[in-house]
Amino acid sequence: MLEARNISFSYGKGKLILQNISLAIKPGERLGIFAPSGFGKTTLLKILGGYEKPLKGKVLVEGRPLKEQGYCPVQMIFQHPECAVNPKRKMREVLKEGGKIGNGVLERLGIVEDWKNRYPQELSGGELQRFCIARALGEGTKYLLADEISAMLDLIAQGQIWKFLTEETEKRQIGMVIVSHSRQLLDHVCTRQIALKKESDRESVEV
Amino acid sequence: MNRRKKTMLFLGSLALFFTVIVISGFCCRDVARVTDFSRKNMAPCVSFFFGTDWLGRDMLVRTLAGLSMSIRIGCLAAAVGAVIAFVLGVSAALFGEKVDAVISFLIDMILGIPHMLLLLLISYALGKGLKGVVLGVAFTHWPSLARVIRAEVLQLKNSTYVQISQKLGHSKLEAALFHMTPHIFPQFLIGLILMFPHAILHEAGITFLGFGLSTEQPAIGIILSESMKHLITGKWWPAVFPGAMLVLVVALFDVAGNALRKILDPSSAQE
Repeated sequence: MLEARNISFSYGKGKLILQNISLAIKPGERLGIFAPSGFGKTTLLKILGGYEKPLKGKVLVEGRPLKEQGYCPVQMIFQHPECAVNPKRKMREVLKEGGKIGNGVLERLGIVEDWKNRYPQELSGGELQRFCIARALGEGTKYLLADEISAMLDLIAQGQIWKFLTEETEKRQIGMVIVSHSRQLLDHVCTRQIALKKESDRESVEV
Repeated sequence: MNRRKKTMLFLGSLALFFTVIVISGFCCRDVARVTDFSRKNMAPCVSFFFGTDWLGRDMLVRTLAGLSMSIRIGCLAAAVGAVIAFVLGVSAALFGEKVDAVISFLIDMILGIPHMLLLLLISYALGKGLKGVVLGVAFTHWPSLARVIRAEVLQLKNSTYVQISQKLGHSKLEAALFHMTPHIFPQFLIGLILMFPHAILHEAGITFLGFGLSTEQPAIGIILSESMKHLITGKWWPAVFPGAMLVLVVALFDVAGNALRKILDPSSAQE
């Protein structure tokens, strides 16, 4: 179980972006988070993944706080894959960062062998994103945070990637948190959805 | 032949040119001190391409010896300066805000004082001579490179892919080796090479002003300051040829640095 307990967060001393948010994701579950722009969806995922420290509250994996060192069981896939890979490393090296990759993962993601010999500048955003997904699915991954990961893909590629992610996370019982602007996508993929609500009382509500 | 190969060839020949100057100058530093009054104040001719000065010394040999010394001092000073820049730049970025504040203050302070003034002070305090010049140039030229390196490391440290690599279980050392070094190294190398011309010019400058190397040594700065006295009597060659050679060497170092930047920078590496 990946839990967020009473999370509050603000950047610097500004106003609170997240206020008292609690949620829990079970293994194998796909939780969709829906909210308009600027409601702190990405920030919430960054907190869940350990990239940001919450002002108040805590994040727990199986009852324990997130590890600071070593392979983190919660992995995040970012909205902009071009920022998530080192421009000076070939894709083969980038894949190695994630450790061992399961059988057939690359094929099912549609990664062509030739792409591995290229540098990130020589691939499109969609092609790069497939590598980022493969890298995030290392053996130790128990929870996956997907932040608008298919926004740069055409519909066919979106379908391919989400089909793969659904199958793979079901098989390995990985819990997923999916953030998207697209209601249709969330309806299609998620087993459960919540919406972040407006300023007045920012609490998550089950939909 | 593509542009990359041409640039490599060009860099190779530049390196050869500098090596020839350094070695030939080093070999003829004793010849450069030979005085012969039977051939004094000769204009450039077949046997003396650069002419001779008022003590009958061969200006071509003196120029070579002076350039050789200038390049050697420049390399040494630039190397020391680059190491200082690297250490300070990296530690400013990695060791928290207080260290960063101190080092940034130091950078701003030294950048705020004119190079020449600081050079004079350091060189004078160390008793002039070779030691004073080398240390003076080394301690005044690191701030701009340190600032570049600091900014680069800070940016890399906060970049998404370095953070991801930490979440994937890689240590900070691995991040430094595999993510940061490939980014910093080209900057460092180019900064180092572009520091040479500054170092050489400042060495010549401080020697010209009389705070550098001692007068019996065949240094470009000394040659130029001595020939100034004879310029008014119409003897142009002791000033023009060494001066032009100094400008040429400095300009070539600058060109070499820029050519190297073109090769190492990925956005222009494919051209």
